[in-house]
Parts: sequence; structure tokens; C-alpha cells
Amino acid sequence: MTPTIRLQSEDFDAAIEAAKLTRGRTDIGAVVTFTGICRDHEAGHGVSAMTLEHYPGMAEAEIARHVDEARRRWPLLGVTVIHRFGRMQPGDNIVLVVTAAAHRHAAFESAEFLMDYLKTRAPFWKHEERPGGMGWVEAKDADDAAAGRWQRPRKDAAE
Amino acid sequence: MRLKYFAWVRERVGKTDEEIVVPDHVGTVGELMDWLAGQGEEYAHAFENRKVIRAAIDHVHVKPEAAIADAREIAFFPPMTGG
Repeated sequence: MTPTIRLQSEDFDAAIEAAKLTRGRTDIGAVVTFTGICRDHEAGHGVSAMTLEHYPGMAEAEIARHVDEARRRWPLLGVTVIHRFGRMQPGDNIVLVVTAAAHRHAAFESAEFLMDYLKTRAPFWKHEERPGGMGWVEAKDADDAAAGRWQRPRKDAAE
Repeated sequence: MRLKYFAWVRERVGKTDEEIVVPDHVGTVGELMDWLAGQGEEYAHAFENRKVIRAAIDHVHVKPEAAIADAREIAFFPPMTGG
């Protein structure tokens, strides 16, 4: 299984990417797709647009490390991660994670694991356009906590 | 070695990247931040709250204690907000 990892400014189609993972295969029993979308509000203020800055080279490498870790933890049959950069408006797609496995738990859990790590470890930064001006989005403690829960041994997490 | 800056660290320093020669007494990422903070007003502003700034050596996240001797590229940036 060769994961697909793409950074791009252009939009993506979640249905097409999911179909690519399952086409011609009969061993996959579960596909989870997660799409992150640009919202029109954040922490009580409006958002008219945002620009995603990234660290070329490291972003791909960091996502690949997390995909490798996901494949060590779950028996995955397919993984696709697409993260956009550049300027986005409310309603636009930002990020896509697709995971495929024989059974649903592996697909659900690995998709959530990948998103939690993408949010806190992949080198991307959101710059918002707000009614009162522009500003960098601050990292959230809740996102760190979400990523932190995966640091527990898998055995404990399942109990 | 090459330094790279992202997001508000980049804005404050006023450049995306630069080539620098680091003095011998600067051995770690934390010491490099201390040294950079003394390189002018814009650097002092960028590195005034060093605890929140993250670093990577050659595309891998590192802690302030990390040695910089073998680094080709060191990046400084705020906590990440992707996804």
C-alpha cells in the first residue's frame, strides 16, 4: 500500500479520492473520509477568508511520518492525505483524510489520529481576514489535548 | 547554516530565510534563539517570548536542547494551526 500525500493550492474532491482507494479491490470493508472546511467564524468573530502558510518540504515529511505511525498502529489498506495552502474562503475545503481498512474501527480511529496530529504537528499556519483586520490563528489547548490522548499505549486506550 | 522563519516569526524578523554563521559558543537551538534575539530590534521582537516558538532541524521537530552542530536548515515558527 502506497499512501497518497499531496499539498496543493487547488481544491480536491473527497468522493473521487475515496473512490480511488477502493477501485478494483474487494478486501476493503470500510472507508472513512474527513474533510476540514473553512468556517465563517472563529472564537466569537467573523472570518471572511484565510490564508494557509506552510513549510514546503517539512510539511510533506511530517505528514508522511504520521501516516507511517498510523500504519504501524492500524491494519490500513489505503491512506490519502491532501492539505491545501493559499487563500481560502468560508465553505472552501482545507484538508482531506481518507483511510481504508477491512473493518470500521481501524478506518475511524486512524482518520481521527491523523487529523489530531495534522492540527498540532504539521507545519501549517492560518492567517485570518476578520472584520476588524487580519490576524494569526492561535493554537488551541484543546487540539494539543486531542493529539496527546494518542500518546497513551494503544492497549490502555482500548480498555 | 540556513535559517527559515514562518508565520508571525517571519513577519517580525522581516525575512523568510537567511544564511548565517553561528559563533562557536552557540551549541543548541535554545542558545541560537538567545543569540538571534541580540541581533537587532526585529529579532528581539520575534524572539521575545521564546517559550512559545517551535523549532525544526532539517524538517524534524526539535526541542530547545537539541544540538545544532550538524544542522543544514533550522526553522523557527509559532505553534502550528493547520488541519
